[in-house]
Amino acid sequence: MKSSTISQEWLDSLPLTDGYLKNEQLKGREFLLTQGIPCKKDEAWRLSNFNKLDSFFSLPTTIDSEDLKSTFKFVSPEKDKNREKIIINSYKNPTFNINLPNGIEKLNNREIELNIGRIVKSANINNDISVSLNQASSSNLLALKVKRNFKQSLEIVIPSIEGKSISTRIFLLIEEGAKLDLLQVFLGNLNSAQNHLIEIKLESEAELNHGLISLGEEKKSSSICTLAVEQSKKSSYSLHSIHHGWDYARYEPRIIQSEGEASTIIKGLQVTKSKEQIATHSLIRFEGPNGKLDQLQKAVASEYSHCIFNGSIQVPQKAQKTEAAQLSRNLLLSKRARIDTKPELEIVADDVRCTHGATVSQLQDEELFYLLSRGIDNKHANSLLLKGYYDEVISQFPKSAGKWNFIEKLIQDIK
Amino acid sequence: MISSNSEIILSIEGLHASVEDQEILHGVNLLVREGEIHAIMGRNGSGKSTLSKVIAGHPSYKVLSGSIQFNGTNILDLAPEERARIGIFLGFQYPVEIPGVSNLEFLRVATNSRRKQLLKTELDTFEFEDLVKERLKIVEMDAAFLERSVNEGFSGGEKKRNEILQMALLEPVISILDETDSGLDIDALRIVASGINRLSQPNSATILITHYQRLLNEITPDFVHIMADGKIIKTGNKELAIDLEKSGYDFIDKNIKDKEMAK
Repeated sequence: MKSSTISQEWLDSLPLTDGYLKNEQLKGREFLLTQGIPCKKDEAWRLSNFNKLDSFFSLPTTIDSEDLKSTFKFVSPEKDKNREKIIINSYKNPTFNINLPNGIEKLNNREIELNIGRIVKSANINNDISVSLNQASSSNLLALKVKRNFKQSLEIVIPSIEGKSISTRIFLLIEEGAKLDLLQVFLGNLNSAQNHLIEIKLESEAELNHGLISLGEEKKSSSICTLAVEQSKKSSYSLHSIHHGWDYARYEPRIIQSEGEASTIIKGLQVTKSKEQIATHSLIRFEGPNGKLDQLQKAVASEYSHCIFNGSIQVPQKAQKTEAAQLSRNLLLSKRARIDTKPELEIVADDVRCTHGATVSQLQDEELFYLLSRGIDNKHANSLLLKGYYDEVISQFPKSAGKWNFIEKLIQDIK
Repeated sequence: MISSNSEIILSIEGLHASVEDQEILHGVNLLVREGEIHAIMGRNGSGKSTLSKVIAGHPSYKVLSGSIQFNGTNILDLAPEERARIGIFLGFQYPVEIPGVSNLEFLRVATNSRRKQLLKTELDTFEFEDLVKERLKIVEMDAAFLERSVNEGFSGGEKKRNEILQMALLEPVISILDETDSGLDIDALRIVASGINRLSQPNSATILITHYQRLLNEITPDFVHIMADGKIIKTGNKELAIDLEKSGYDFIDKNIKDKEMAK
């Protein structure tokens, strides 16, 4: 099967930029032009529903002020004093109009030159279609560093724009010993696409509790997100995510423990209905000894939908005494729904403890009967069981996540 | 005091039932009146647990013929949740663990479904906490169990106490307790038994399904039934349980043989 080419006209319509991202744009556009839209022969994309990818490569990317009016119609939870919120509209440079709180600063030019693109490179995802799409289309950059004295939590909200394809590029540097609670929220819109490239560097002894709420909500909303994280020694990173309501979503967390001896926790949940397709492709690589990973990926597929999980863990020779556990648990709620799950462990080091497992099941009949036998009606019993199933992932989100009331949605939407 | 004038709560006649196309119950007859405690004993595989699941309406079990009436109404067409709401309670032999579902929330939702049926006002979280804390005393359970997931990581004894706690909250008309004594040490058995005794009411009834007589030392049954091969083959009083304990289930085989000879 031959790749479909991307229209030159669309590529030419992408907004140009100066500065740090100029080179990236050239690189990305060149790659897209030669590579085209992903197709079945691309191993990492072979399960994708290719019809759903068109919007990323064809919807207009120029945004005007009218677009923004319609976009910010959503109700976002009230701001509180302990949480700094940044709403990114891709119309303007995201750093223009935010007052940064004490302890968060913009990166200076030198720091940007030094850091941007480096993690993407070390994660070996330079020639990746998701990354190239973002490089080709991002014209603004939000690059922040979190200092040791920062005490609040940070919330970054990125809404899609109806009928448009948007892209955002973010870089976060969590300095040595700093701690951050970060909540990211992606919101879809009617017939829209969004793509993100987020790079995060955790210096030694830095701690990041990262929650990602990704809700498509409207018809024909699509999202591609690449999250490249580099962890230095003794840093700890916990990532909790939910993806729901997208017609198509692809989520690619790539985490490198650059010196080992760090701790990574990943808990992901994807919930699909109707004909949606949501995929998680994760990669965790240990570049030094004594690294720890605890990964749980859960999926719930109902109606005609499709969930995909591809979980790669790389433990090279130098990563002795790595302890990594990966578990993929899946609920298949309809005969027509589909779940593909694939662990990929590449272990070269010989003194390691790595486990993996995958289960696919239906809601347990005995659990359901137990609840029914106590007088709880079928609908309520199913809700309780689903909520229980989600709990392992959801209960560990940063506290402010609760204000987004997504749990009810995750339950009500699933039949 | 029980008298033959007491109202009939449960009436089972000629009940045949199967699971996975295999007939397990071959004609069970049982009559339970208000205020009565019945014990059903029998070997593994004699159909005791099947009978309890059929009464509670487990969807895997199919009633082939016969009837089950509760307070004069046929319940075979009722869904399990409807049977629970009108006051039928099944204490599980193996209470199910449900990770992620808070025990407290589960108990509250269940209690409110029953209260709604009884035309009582539903309890909000605060009111319910008061009620549940009071009922916890009946089974000498620590309030910490409320914060955990339903039965998750509970020991055998804790699971059974959680069952009796549910019984205390739901205030059923008939409680069918399936091997509530199995896996309990002596202290736990005493706590569970005393809970069951305290919850017995003149207008409710209890069916204890058990292998051993030791539970019956703590709870005195009015009737003891012995089940074999999907039927109740003998009914007596507490003495029957003592005889059974003495001579073992072999006497059932003898009993069956004698009956066949008589034919």
